[in-house]
Amino acid sequence: MAIALETHDLTVTYHKRPVLYGIDVVVPEGSLVGIVGPNGAGKSTLIKSIMGVVPSSGGWVKVFGKPLKENLHRVGYVPQRESVDWDFPVTVMDVALMGTYGRLGLFRRPGKAEKQKAKEALEKVGMLPYANRQIGNLSGGQQQRVFLARALAQDSDLYLMDEPFAGVDAATEAAIIELLKEMRERGKTVLVVHHDLQSASEYFDKLLLLNMRLVAFGDVKDVFTPELLQKTYGGRLTILSEVADRAAKF
Amino acid sequence: MDLLGLLDFLIPTTGAGKAILAAILLGAGSGLLGSFVVLRRMALMGDAISHAVLPGVVAGLIYSPERSPVFIFLCAVAAGLLGAGLVRAMMATTRLKSDTALGIVLAFFFAFGIMWQSRNQESTAGVMNFLFGNIGAINTDDLRMMMLATVLLCTVVFILKRPLLEVSFDEGFSRGLGYPVRVLNAVFYFLLTFSVVVALQAVGVVLVSAMLITPAAAAYLLTDRFGKMLVLSMAFGVFSGVVGGVVSASVNGMPTGPVITLAATLVFALTYFLAPQHGVMAKVLRQAKRRRRVHRENTLKAIYQIQEASGFSHEDVDLIDLAQKRRNTEDHARKECAALLRHDFIELSDDGNAVSLTTSGWKRAMEMVRNHRLWELYLTNEANYADDHVHEDAEKIEHILGANTVKQLEQDLDFPELDPHGKPIPQPQLVAPPIA
Repeated sequence: MAIALETHDLTVTYHKRPVLYGIDVVVPEGSLVGIVGPNGAGKSTLIKSIMGVVPSSGGWVKVFGKPLKENLHRVGYVPQRESVDWDFPVTVMDVALMGTYGRLGLFRRPGKAEKQKAKEALEKVGMLPYANRQIGNLSGGQQQRVFLARALAQDSDLYLMDEPFAGVDAATEAAIIELLKEMRERGKTVLVVHHDLQSASEYFDKLLLLNMRLVAFGDVKDVFTPELLQKTYGGRLTILSEVADRAAKF
Repeated sequence: MDLLGLLDFLIPTTGAGKAILAAILLGAGSGLLGSFVVLRRMALMGDAISHAVLPGVVAGLIYSPERSPVFIFLCAVAAGLLGAGLVRAMMATTRLKSDTALGIVLAFFFAFGIMWQSRNQESTAGVMNFLFGNIGAINTDDLRMMMLATVLLCTVVFILKRPLLEVSFDEGFSRGLGYPVRVLNAVFYFLLTFSVVVALQAVGVVLVSAMLITPAAAAYLLTDRFGKMLVLSMAFGVFSGVVGGVVSASVNGMPTGPVITLAATLVFALTYFLAPQHGVMAKVLRQAKRRRRVHRENTLKAIYQIQEASGFSHEDVDLIDLAQKRRNTEDHARKECAALLRHDFIELSDDGNAVSLTTSGWKRAMEMVRNHRLWELYLTNEANYADDHVHEDAEKIEHILGANTVKQLEQDLDFPELDPHGKPIPQPQLVAPPIA
């Protein structure tokens, strides 16, 4: 099976403090992957460093067999909802349109085709009726749907989503998971940072258990085991975090 | 210098004309960039850059005996960018946050500029114009430079409007799009410094940041669309520039910078109070309207409860009873009823001492009582509240439950008939009023 994403020895340090140690993952195309782990495990950092939003201090990332830069247009990114100012004077439609900017480059303006694409993406997440609203006038769940629409408009093959279920209502959560499954049916690869361990085993095909280093990656039935979960969540990784503290002060 | 002369035909010959042109240029430039400054929460950065250009101006005056505007402009821009760069560097290398770094750089550059100028008083005679602004002192050469810079500024923003907006809104996502985020941020700092230097001679180092912030802030309160915000912000900038310029040119003892700043603040004050959506007045009016509605609904509820207590046996409710129920005087009850009368929720009896609910009054009253009791039931059943803890909360919630939430509540509670205290939950959508 073709490989969507491969990381090799991916290492990230924040202010000299290591937060991710040598992550090796090979994600096959068409998988729906949940990234789970305790607070501070580096879940968001992992996808941010894959996207190059956070610089990595070592290792490399390949997307569909090429360095990220060459295949950036095949990757869609959904940041955390809190990462933007929702008072910004833009409409729901404006945000969805941003998904098409990558293909347009710096200078070309979005035309009919792009607007159509944005509309379709909004329709898919049920936000088309709100297209002309300023984004601050939406509920948390609706804001998350707008972010998803923006990613859908990117028309990518690999999606990285940072906590899309955080602070959304039950209806939105169900709608999002429906959407993710449909994306998988169409052969897309989706990695989702997820907080809730219980639903993680229901929502995803594969799980990536993370706690500063990769604990396990594989099909839910293989990795959703008491031993591995204990390894992921149980206790602090005393030596790793101690060394990280020393490195930060060094 | 041919490039500089290109737009000469636009330059007026009279002093007043020159002042007005300068005001238009500076208002447009800083209004345009100011929109980005406000949205990126970089107001303090604008302030720091404007103070940081002072040593550049002093250097320009000292080393260019013929006082070449191009040379002064370039020195000022270089100093401004150096200041901005220092701030970024301090933030990247220490744990200092931006406001602290900005404060240090701002003060240092300003102090250094003043000291350098004091030691070269003869060659820097015009420096006061740069400090406090003097639109009358702007000559044809200065105007050429200002025009060129403003045209450049507007062109770049026009071409890069979308990417600049995108980077301001969501930097992480912009990286994912493949945008050169560092380059775009650098371009932004360039443009920002340009707009500061354009406005410098008219408004002065000390107040130039007001031109970046105040018009854009006024525009931000008026609209939820970025395009409109840009246009409004530029319009406010031009307006304050022209008003300030004209007043200070025609009245003695009116320094340009302060007058322009006051004009901009006046525009801001008007929008602050009067903006239809985000203004203070609109907010107060909305709140007052809401309060009146809550008041009406509470009176209706009281009338319903009096009826309920008597087993819905009388059509009329005495004002005295209503006053008792509402724990207030009869006069007060009469006033409350006058408001209900205006909305056709009640009818007054012939003698004027009793009221009866109309069909719409019944409907609204039943809705309120239903909302109240549904919510009480929800809190006790689903949220495990003790049943004597729920009334206060329901008093507020009953007014804000929407039709959809009510449906959801009824479904979740399996279409209940009694509230936690054993009182029946009215069903305004199904059952006709007890007395019609």
